Amino acid sequence: MTLKASELEEGQTFEAVVVENLTRTQIVQYAGASGDYNPIHTDEVFATQVAGYPSVFAHGMLTMGMTGRMLTDLVGDGRLLRFGGRFTSQVFPGDDLTTTATVEAVNEGDEPSVELKVSTTNQNGVEVFSGSAAARIDP
Amino acid sequence: MAVERFPIEAGHIMLFARAIGDPNPIYYDPERAIAPPTFVQASAQFDPDYGLRPQIGRPWFGSGKTPSGLQRPAPSEGPSESGGGGGGGGERRGGGGGTGLHAEQHYEYHRPLRAGDVLTATTTPGQRWEKEGRRAGKLVFSESVTEYRNQDGELVVTARSVGVRTERAVEQ
Repeated sequence: MTLKASELEEGQTFEAVVVENLTRTQIVQYAGASGDYNPIHTDEVFATQVAGYPSVFAHGMLTMGMTGRMLTDLVGDGRLLRFGGRFTSQVFPGDDLTTTATVEAVNEGDEPSVELKVSTTNQNGVEVFSGSAAARIDP
Repeated sequence: MAVERFPIEAGHIMLFARAIGDPNPIYYDPERAIAPPTFVQASAQFDPDYGLRPQIGRPWFGSGKTPSGLQRPAPSEGPSESGGGGGGGGERRGGGGGTGLHAEQHYEYHRPLRAGDVLTATTTPGQRWEKEGRRAGKLVFSESVTEYRNQDGELVVTARSVGVRTERAVEQ
């Protein structure tokens, strides 16, 4: 998909479900791929009995990675200029996550770009990632 | 913290894309694979001293015969230098209730990152601050900035990471 400056408006929103019923196995897959084997993410015994959490929980970076997928689906490959945010709540196995991107500004001119507010929420409407992104777009 | 050699490998990109649930064909094509936006986090794989990967022959703080393989919680490691470069994003060894968590992550993309590139990562510590949290006691935040450069010395990605060490587990 390619976004065009001429077709974007401030306030426009895009939304996608980025995971349904997050599994412990996917969290382990992310540990293996990223190299972060912290047992709070991968080891239910440690997470509950030592760290004091109700279960293992997802790496913040898994949430950000899934959120990034929504953005690259929206703006296209290799077009992001910036992407960042805060991890505002933990993500647990079983969670469903939805990412919403809202157009905050459209910069026209020689190198058109879009600025997006990015928010990922869980099935209870709790925000788990709050951030922003910017991407190159077509005129 | 520095990663001297972070080769961007097509197979690694494929595993990473699977893990984040992204079926985009560009990540599965060894001829033209580019890296997903958060891929540089996986530079932790190439950090020889990365603390969140079991090291061969050394005790690991996860469970085995007992809920933690260490007698005592590992000490806090001070200001985060694992940051965006280390892949831990400031997450450090948990235990005894307090946990190292990732608070923020920000990327600036300077040029596309492709399979076949070879990066180096250099991390510098940033600010450090404290705050009293409602759900997890005293919070100690620490920031780090990592620059990823390619084989030609060109800046590819700048990552700013904020880690937080909580006094106790975050109340749910």
